[in-house]
Amino acid sequence: MKLNKRDQQLLEGEMGAAPQMAMRILVQLGEVLGANEMMDVEQVHVDGCIYESEAHLDFAEKLAALGAHVILPTSLNATSLDLHNWQAWGVNTRWATKAQRMANAYLAMGCTPTWTCAPYQTAFAPRFGQQIAWAESNAIVFANSVVGARTNRYGDFTDICAALTGRVPKTGLHLSENRRGELVFELVGIPPELFENDAFYPVFGHYLGIHTRDKIPVIVGLPPDTPQDGLKALGAGAASSGSVALFHAVGVTPEAPTLKAALGGNAAERIQVTLAELNDARADLSSAQGAQLDAVVLGSPHFSLQECLRLAQVIEGQRVNPAVEFIVTTNRMVSEALKARGVLPVLVQAGVRLCEDTCILLSPMLRPAIRIIMTNSAKYAYYTPSLLERRVVFGSLRDCVASAVTGRVVLDESIWTTS
Amino acid sequence: MANGEFIETRRLDEMPRIQGEPLIAGCAEGEALFTNEPLSFWGGYNARKGTIIDTHHELCGRRAAGHVLVLPGARGSSTGSGILLEAIRLGNAPAAIILKRRDAILGLGAIVGRELYGKILPLVIVSEQDFDLLRKASRIRIDEAGVIVYEQEIFQERS
Repeated sequence: MKLNKRDQQLLEGEMGAAPQMAMRILVQLGEVLGANEMMDVEQVHVDGCIYESEAHLDFAEKLAALGAHVILPTSLNATSLDLHNWQAWGVNTRWATKAQRMANAYLAMGCTPTWTCAPYQTAFAPRFGQQIAWAESNAIVFANSVVGARTNRYGDFTDICAALTGRVPKTGLHLSENRRGELVFELVGIPPELFENDAFYPVFGHYLGIHTRDKIPVIVGLPPDTPQDGLKALGAGAASSGSVALFHAVGVTPEAPTLKAALGGNAAERIQVTLAELNDARADLSSAQGAQLDAVVLGSPHFSLQECLRLAQVIEGQRVNPAVEFIVTTNRMVSEALKARGVLPVLVQAGVRLCEDTCILLSPMLRPAIRIIMTNSAKYAYYTPSLLERRVVFGSLRDCVASAVTGRVVLDESIWTTS
Repeated sequence: MANGEFIETRRLDEMPRIQGEPLIAGCAEGEALFTNEPLSFWGGYNARKGTIIDTHHELCGRRAAGHVLVLPGARGSSTGSGILLEAIRLGNAPAAIILKRRDAILGLGAIVGRELYGKILPLVIVSEQDFDLLRKASRIRIDEAGVIVYEQEIFQERS
């Protein structure tokens, strides 16, 4: 690998032991990826701040002990705790202490405590064409696809290494020639009302992840005014059931004004997606049948202000059944905005609990009695059976609210049929 | 798994060799565990038990610790690197991983495993054809140079 003078100095430890270790890891990663040189990035989103294991903590504390300090604007992913309120969620103290040590290590390195998996809906949103190093699969796919920024699928460790050195291997989705579409999915005969339903996007994302494999998909047939939160749910679903890091939606996303532009000369297979395929994907997201319901969990990825306002609109004046726990995970920027707008009391009075900074996939905060959970997130539906050993019913936001209020699963199937 | 009558096990040193490209060079030997489905290590691999736990995956429930895992690549969350690292720390990682494509998530877990704990998890990439040959392998050995030899149980079709 060709290294410039600064890369060499970093590797030789002239800028300190922490950037040296970071650079050593990045250069090895470059070799694994087959890169010929390194390149600059301007911004980093770190997901290694989650207390997933002792190994994660060892790594963070080793860097912090070496005096590491970031040289780029660096946002932090959802962490492992509702940092201010973890006691209220019944998280055990020993585990919480570890999670706080983890958070503290990254704060000591100068990262910004955004604590969100949706940094693209904060002041840290990147710009079109900007070279960045982002971790967290849903954030990666959003930054690449919806914003048109450029990142590879960074993960634990590389994210902070990039923030300490400003460098990454020059490869993959950082380069224009690797961003062209390779496989076309054409939506055919979808009832127009379905595009207005929040549940369409995660279901289609789940389908896309399964059928795309390692290619870059191009979607034909999404409405030009597809909401940002729809694209967010689509990407999160596709990055869970598959490894999608970039998709193009013709007439919707910035690198796809036309199908021709999205493909950039690639000859691509065309696959038609009808309501039948979507219904199969929807069925695949539900791991529980029947009416039993213990909890509703929304906000994977973190609910945006718009999504919270929509929830408030749907749930206002109703009351969640006492047998059902209703949790919305979001970040503190959103909860502050809800307070400022006077919307938070609407949610609280309806029986909704806001959970900040974290993710219910990461934090041991569900009561053991909770066995069946309903959600409108494909990502949450995908990971919950293995990570939390609970079963899930997938439904729209309206389904989730109606079910929480009545205390049993209610699904409106009519939106999934042709009238 | 196989139909038919067991005939013999061909020993490792009698078998043809595959030249892979070592991403993380190292020696390893173990029982083969093959899949053609990518795996997300986050939510898919239990580092404390060394087993595959992704309920959507064909190898769900299988122990991978100590095995040579033959896998097209990783999938899903980038937190997979850390899960692999934790498995390396606990001694519950596969003995080696053979991949069809370059993989940053698994590569990184192995790089940091060497950096932090001095433990080596060899990662090797092989061509599409060689990958398919390993489908029938029962035991696999890898050396520093990325040379792969494998043992295969030979069955005779029942008529």
